[in-house]
Amino acid sequence: MQAVTVTAEGGEGGFWATAAPIIPHPLEFFFGLACFAILYVVVKQKVVPRLEQIYAERTAAIEGGMNKAEEAQAQAQAALEQYQAQLVEARSEAARIREDAKAQGAQIIAEMREHAASEASRITETAHKQIEAERQQAVVSLRGDVGRISTDLASRIVGESLHEETRQKGIVERFLAELESGDVVREKVGGAAGSPGGDA
Amino acid sequence: MSIVAAAPTDYTAPGVEEFWQPLFGTDGPFAITRPILLMVLATGLVAWFLLATTKKKALVPGRGQMGTEAVYGLVRNGIAKDLIGSKEFMRFVPLLFALFTTILVNNLFGVIPPMSYPTMSRIGFPIALSLIVWVVFHVVGMRKHGFIGYWKSLVPAGLPKAMIPAIFFLELITDLFTRPVTLALRLFGNMFAGHILIVLFITGGWYMLTNGGILVIAGGVTWIFAFVMTLFEILVQFLQAYVFTLLAALYIGGAVADEH
Repeated sequence: MQAVTVTAEGGEGGFWATAAPIIPHPLEFFFGLACFAILYVVVKQKVVPRLEQIYAERTAAIEGGMNKAEEAQAQAQAALEQYQAQLVEARSEAARIREDAKAQGAQIIAEMREHAASEASRITETAHKQIEAERQQAVVSLRGDVGRISTDLASRIVGESLHEETRQKGIVERFLAELESGDVVREKVGGAAGSPGGDA
Repeated sequence: MSIVAAAPTDYTAPGVEEFWQPLFGTDGPFAITRPILLMVLATGLVAWFLLATTKKKALVPGRGQMGTEAVYGLVRNGIAKDLIGSKEFMRFVPLLFALFTTILVNNLFGVIPPMSYPTMSRIGFPIALSLIVWVVFHVVGMRKHGFIGYWKSLVPAGLPKAMIPAIFFLELITDLFTRPVTLALRLFGNMFAGHILIVLFITGGWYMLTNGGILVIAGGVTWIFAFVMTLFEILVQFLQAYVFTLLAALYIGGAVADEH
């Protein structure tokens, strides 16, 4: 660099070596214009269109990706909602079924209970009737037996058979009736042997 | 710019002549100079890099494409869209992108060996670029508002009538003269001054190192400063490319705006 300075100092540079720095050198000015023009054409024709294309494609790709993601999210959301709706439906269905079963069960139990009660009362009634019938039967047979036994006994005591007479006069019947009502009138069998029917 | 040092051999500080580097032994107004070669090289490099890194048009970019996209995004969205407006900015993006990349690479040449020369420190190049911007923003403004309407649109609406001529005159000077000249001079001045500063630190440091004595220490410190200045210069080079593009977008945006 010093060498340049020395030659300049030596006066070999001429006008341009020492000219004021704000005086443009014509060829430098021309090359400034020409080189920039070339670069401008290259940039305008090739570089900027390419870069804009990259920008646009990238924007489209990003937006496409975002749309896709949004779509997937929406689908997932819909699926979730559907699932939840189904779940709710299933739950209410289950509850309804449970309610139905409960009601049905209660009804069945009530019916059974009613049925059992009526059956029991029927059986009881039947038993009562049977018992009553048997009692009647027993009373009737006992009545006959007691009449017969007592007349046997009486005839044995009196010594003669009163069978026909007592039966005709209903003395035994009357006695038993009195016995049942608890109002026994003692009869003098021996004293009234001649006319037993007179006191009846 | 020369200082006479009280040393055994004189030190000549770098000056204007530092920037005059004709090649191939030619001289004069049509000499092929070093910055011309650098401009051609920068144009070729930028064009090649941009084409090579956008060839694949990958949706998931590689390292080169990512770099190009980052710079493109800065110019497209950070500058053009913001300053011109989302309606019309797209047709100016190629111009602004080409401006930014070509200025940035040419500036960075200032600190990258073996180029080591900021092309924009030669006023011819900034003038060429400013001229293009100047023509563009006037043409688009006139197309938008019509020839008369464009000049009318220089004056803000709602001014008192008495002030209109003065404001119009000021705006006319700004529009026709101040804007393009400052645009070119700002870039040129920064690159010129930055380069001369670095050259001064390096050659001065070298002078002190070679002249011995206590100056050796000062020379070492000077070279450290040269390194620091180089880092600082990288920042300036980027900023100037950015500012040039930003102002170009601002002027274009103003010209196509509905209300000037």
